[in-house]
Amino acid sequence: MKRFIFPLGVFVILLGFLGIGLRLNPHEIPSPFIGKAAPAFNLSQLHDSAKTISPQDMRGKVWLLNVWASWCGSCREEHPVLMNFSRQNIVPMVGLDYKDTRVDAQKQLIEEGNPYQLSAFDEDGRVGIDYGVYGVPETFVIDKAGVIRYKYIGPVTPEVLAKKLLPLIRELNRV
Amino acid sequence: MSKLKFILVVLVGYLCCCCIAQAEPAKSLAADPVLEKRMLRLTEELRCLVCQNQTLADSHADLAIDLKNQVREKLASGMSEQEVIDYMVQRYGDFVLYRPRLFAATWLLWFGPLLLLVLGFGFLIWKLTKHRTEAALEMTEADRQRAVEMLYEEPTDLKGNV
Amino acid sequence: MIPELGNVALMLAFALAIIQGVLPIAGSFNGNRRWMALARPAAAGQFFFVSLAFGVLVYSFIANDFSVAYVEANSNSMLPLYYRIAGTWGGHEGSLLLWVEMLTVWMFAVAMLSRQLPRETVARVLGIMGLIGVGLMAFMLFTSNPFDRLLPGAADGRDLNPLLQDFGMIIHPPLLYMGYVGFSVAFAFALAALMGGQLDAAWARWSRPWTLMAWMFLTLGIFVGSFWAYYELGWGGWWFWDAVENASFMPWLVGTALIHSLAVTEKRGSFKNWTVLLAIIAFSLSLLGTFLVRSGVLTSVHAFATDPRRGLFILILLAIVIGGALTLYAWRAPQVGLGGRFNLISRESLLLVNNVLLLVCAATVLLGTLYPLFLDALGVGKISVGPPYFEAVFVPLMVPVLFLMAPGLFMRWKESSIRQIAQRLKWVALASVLTGLTAALAMSTSVMVALGLILALWILLATATHLAQRLGHYAAGTPIGKRLSSLTLSYWGMLVAHLGIGIFVVGVTLVKGLETSNDVSMRLGDTTSIGGYEVRMTDLQQVKGPNYVAAQGTFVVTRGTQIIAILKPEKRVFTVQQMPMTDAAIDRGFTRDLYISLGDAISDSAWAVRVQCKPFVSWIWSGSIIIALGGLLAASDRRYRLALKKNRQNVPTSVDVNSFIVAE
Repeated sequence: MKRFIFPLGVFVILLGFLGIGLRLNPHEIPSPFIGKAAPAFNLSQLHDSAKTISPQDMRGKVWLLNVWASWCGSCREEHPVLMNFSRQNIVPMVGLDYKDTRVDAQKQLIEEGNPYQLSAFDEDGRVGIDYGVYGVPETFVIDKAGVIRYKYIGPVTPEVLAKKLLPLIRELNRV
Repeated sequence: MSKLKFILVVLVGYLCCCCIAQAEPAKSLAADPVLEKRMLRLTEELRCLVCQNQTLADSHADLAIDLKNQVREKLASGMSEQEVIDYMVQRYGDFVLYRPRLFAATWLLWFGPLLLLVLGFGFLIWKLTKHRTEAALEMTEADRQRAVEMLYEEPTDLKGNV
Repeated sequence: MIPELGNVALMLAFALAIIQGVLPIAGSFNGNRRWMALARPAAAGQFFFVSLAFGVLVYSFIANDFSVAYVEANSNSMLPLYYRIAGTWGGHEGSLLLWVEMLTVWMFAVAMLSRQLPRETVARVLGIMGLIGVGLMAFMLFTSNPFDRLLPGAADGRDLNPLLQDFGMIIHPPLLYMGYVGFSVAFAFALAALMGGQLDAAWARWSRPWTLMAWMFLTLGIFVGSFWAYYELGWGGWWFWDAVENASFMPWLVGTALIHSLAVTEKRGSFKNWTVLLAIIAFSLSLLGTFLVRSGVLTSVHAFATDPRRGLFILILLAIVIGGALTLYAWRAPQVGLGGRFNLISRESLLLVNNVLLLVCAATVLLGTLYPLFLDALGVGKISVGPPYFEAVFVPLMVPVLFLMAPGLFMRWKESSIRQIAQRLKWVALASVLTGLTAALAMSTSVMVALGLILALWILLATATHLAQRLGHYAAGTPIGKRLSSLTLSYWGMLVAHLGIGIFVVGVTLVKGLETSNDVSMRLGDTTSIGGYEVRMTDLQQVKGPNYVAAQGTFVVTRGTQIIAILKPEKRVFTVQQMPMTDAAIDRGFTRDLYISLGDAISDSAWAVRVQCKPFVSWIWSGSIIIALGGLLAASDRRYRLALKKNRQNVPTSVDVNSFIVAE
């Protein structure tokens, strides 16, 4: 009479998946760039429109790319954390100012401090799209060969820094 | 009084004429309606990443508008629909497609319904044929024995006397 | 003070639910009459207390009591009265209370209308419903209490989500929940039968009207939801294959299979195991739907604000209720024997095919809905499964279901001949194909539209033919009135429901095949055209609503010189939540809807406007209502009402001879 157990069996398997599902976040979109080369770009710098910046400039170093905007509230939340982090001088951080105006962005960096070694100005958001950005802030960890190793979505907290970003950065720096 | 009314009528009439003169057939929102239709058909199968419950075509989120502009540009520049889809998947992963691509992990998804149908009908046919053969064996040996006894036993009265 | 009353009422109901869940079932096994007799009064008591709690919550909304956290989150003093009442079920906690209220309504109905059932059966059925109530009330009291206080009370509330401030909100959830929860009655009957080991035609006859009513409510609930989305969301869509929509569609599909299966078990005593399993599955899918909406496991526009702790609680509830039911099934079903014999070509076989197809449809919807979760849980990645998938797989599955609706009418019980049926249907086939093809050609549309029309006509004409044939059975000279009135309501129910499906299919096919839309930028005086009509924007002004401000456009629709309609779509911004919302203006008609919605302002004088023409979309709505009507008619059949009139007697549990005489 095995077939009478069949519905129960199917249900138990389903239950297992639903249980695992409770721990997952269906809204979070994983980045398809993990393990792939950081998409190339050549943007003008935020503070000096005559100069440009590209990921090539950071070759040979492990670095962070932080996508932010002056109109974004969560970015303001993570700003102090980034400021603290930049003072520790562990890795260079490049800011990608997404769909913003130079005036507003520069003003915010003056008022709240500038944690970035360099800032790129992505006025129309094209580079953001190339990186698969769908909401600010987002932070990428890129290794010495220019390969994206990790993407964190949302404001960076001290916990995220300690548990997710720093260990990876240390490992990448050892190579 | 009537002179004032006359002036008013002429004034209103003039304004109306202006309105009518300026009223035009409404311009299509899109510069190129054919391209627009292609873009909409494509973006109807893409998911808006911000709101996540709408198609890219229907969404008014900033990112959605940017992406639609990009799709329009790419189609206009000669990219095929498939190439545009690949472009989007490259940046946002399979999550952005409402029509899942067919690869190893989605075989069960696309072939599942057919598989279920075959299994369902297989089970049904098995059950129906089993049902018929079993029903045919309704009569057990014990029943048969009793039937024989009943047919051949001596008639008795209520007290059990022959 | 008053909200505390509600809280206490819930706790009392909870206590009663525990009593109702435990004692009557125990009593049915050890013959304790007093315990069994507790079932009815306990059900009545629960109905009283839960309704009291529900009333208290409604009162808190009406009275703007913002010291109740739930009221603060879902209401506002500027919200019109009828929406404040509807706000009662606008959020997670309140809608849960609505769910439990519906459960007690059905419980009370079963308690009152079950005089003819054996004592043990009533005890078990109410006991099982009581246990379900225990689970849900525990969930409410421990994790989602609608009466939690916010002290000190807020000055005003955060307002009901503007999308919900609509008439649809007043009727959609209650209807839907009546349906979802109503399947718990069939579920309880099924488990009671498994417990008692008595699974027979009488059981099917008792379950059937309850299942039909639940199915009817679910049909109406889904229809209202769809109708509401159509006019509310502003872009003219009416079904999105959203996870929660699917969660309501799956029980509907299985419920449809169930009502057909019950017909067979009632008339022929066959399929008993299968029908019981379907009853368990239908309600399990209802519960699964409850889980999906409230656990945060899937993304959906309908999902409530979630908390993993709540998700876990419902998951455990699911495990106990469904797991328990399926375990009972695995244990007891083998002891239930086979039913009556039937040939390979017979109505029984065809209904089994119908069941398999409907179940595969439901399983497919489940597969598509849960697949993203499935892959994510396995760590394979995140994908999305949306309308393109569902439409691609669902339509081919439904085609055979729709096709079989015609021969199904003419198939006889036990034994039938394909040749005879083909004979009866050959003119119907010819007429459907010819008319369908001609119409499709005349409208210059696709093959799919032609196919849809042919199928719809096939169903409609076959149903009409069957009626004509049935009417022809009477002695010559019998007046038509008498012939019509002597057909049973059960038969009328079937006819009407099947007709409804045919009409529904016409609507869906033609809308999908023929709808057109135009996105234009309009200033005052500009015109555009759609579907043979001219649309001209004649006014644009700001209007004020009770809790919103809106830009309202006036559009005059003409055909030639005749004014067809004046439509006033709005773009509303709600004061409290600052959310913009499109309110489309629709001119409804028998053959088409004209649909105008405002997009965004392009400049000071120009607005983006979308005009759409949707042919035959109202056939989707009328078709759905007619289907539901069919369910109501079938549930009202004489034989169920007669059964009610019998006094406290035990109906013999063997197959009742009368059930064969009923004309079908």
